[in-house]
Amino acid sequence: MRVTVTINGVERTADVEPRLLLVHLIREVFELTGTHIGCDTTSCGACTVLLDGMPVKSCTLFGVQADGHEITTVEGLVQGGQLHPIQAAFKEEHGLQCGYCTPGMMLVAKALLERNPTPSDEEVRWAISGNICRCTGYVNIVKAIQAAGNAMAAPTASAAASA
Amino acid sequence: MLPARFEYHRPESLEEALQMLSTLEEPKVLAGGQSLIPLMKFRFASPSNLVDINRIPALDRIAEENGVLRIGPLVRHHDVETSEVVSARYPVLAAAAPQIADPIVRNLGTVAGSIAHADPAGDWGSVMLAVGASFVLRSAAREREVAASEFFRDLFTTAIEPNEMVTEIRVPAPSGRVGGAYLKLERKVGDFATVAAAVHVRMDDGRIGQAGIALTGVGTTNIKASDAEASLAGAEPTEDAFAEAARLAAAAANPVSDVRGSAEYKRHMVEVYVKRGLARAVESARAA
Repeated sequence: MRVTVTINGVERTADVEPRLLLVHLIREVFELTGTHIGCDTTSCGACTVLLDGMPVKSCTLFGVQADGHEITTVEGLVQGGQLHPIQAAFKEEHGLQCGYCTPGMMLVAKALLERNPTPSDEEVRWAISGNICRCTGYVNIVKAIQAAGNAMAAPTASAAASA
Repeated sequence: MLPARFEYHRPESLEEALQMLSTLEEPKVLAGGQSLIPLMKFRFASPSNLVDINRIPALDRIAEENGVLRIGPLVRHHDVETSEVVSARYPVLAAAAPQIADPIVRNLGTVAGSIAHADPAGDWGSVMLAVGASFVLRSAAREREVAASEFFRDLFTTAIEPNEMVTEIRVPAPSGRVGGAYLKLERKVGDFATVAAAVHVRMDDGRIGQAGIALTGVGTTNIKASDAEASLAGAEPTEDAFAEAARLAAAAANPVSDVRGSAEYKRHMVEVYVKRGLARAVESARAA
């Protein structure tokens, strides 16, 4: 079956079996391997992508369901060769160790910060409660997301501060 | 693992979907897919035909009309979580919605799909039993309404016929002061319930007019604790009354020992949660 999706702003088409999971469409067919597979049980969230801006677990959707929709993967965060503020914040705040959960965390952060740029600790933890991290204990992930929110809310101020 | 092959269909109207359910071999509705797809990945389910209803317009309505809260088949758990009318007037639903799975699953998973899936560890089944909901089942040929209390038959087995789908969930609008609670014990966020209890009360002049109590994760279906409910009809809302109802609810539970805990532990937690849930529900009814 023919599937056309707009991934990170680029329209891509493939001919796939309906049973091909979205995560495999992204990784194997479109060769964007930043989206990870971490479990077999829809539990870990490593496969999280944004479907029309909304976080979904791409291992629990068929590729054909995304036909005609927009997908954002971690590769879509970089803008004009520059790290997205979320990526920069994860780097600055040491919000990752092995990096396996990080794409999912950052995309959930993007969705969160777009509707709530200054989330509390509680609000961040709630938003990422579908994403498991085995390395960090979440503390620096929360800090990174809040730092990103601050940077996104006042870009001129933080650019001046780091100059 | 990967799902077995299937034919994929994407109807554009409810009528077309119902036609497909009547004519296709082994058809299964795909709504949120957050229970169905994991099963298919393990090959515990291998439907020959998937009928994806996600493109059909107007199935995602949630609205209170003529004394009934009507929930369409594409209403996502998240939609219930953020619904103003639910927050204002349907306390058990409001308490349960944020506790379903995790926020990402809640973006796609549907209430109707959860009901139709009928996992005894599913939360919505208990909620709907506690509030006395009913479900509209439609096929190409007919439409019928089945009470929640008649709907859940056995493990993953409901009153739905192969050519039917759930097209609406109907929850009676509250009459008088109502309160509710949904207490869910889970090992970690996003896990299935070890046990959970849905509690709904309608107060009548300071006494409990009517109570709805249903249990998650302690049987082959969600369990309506009818004896516990009966013990509370017209009762003064005292600690003793709650304790007695909780004891009856625990007796109605039929837990099995597994990775989440022993049967004894689960039965005990049912008692704890029903007692706590009743106190909370009555308090929220008084504040209503």
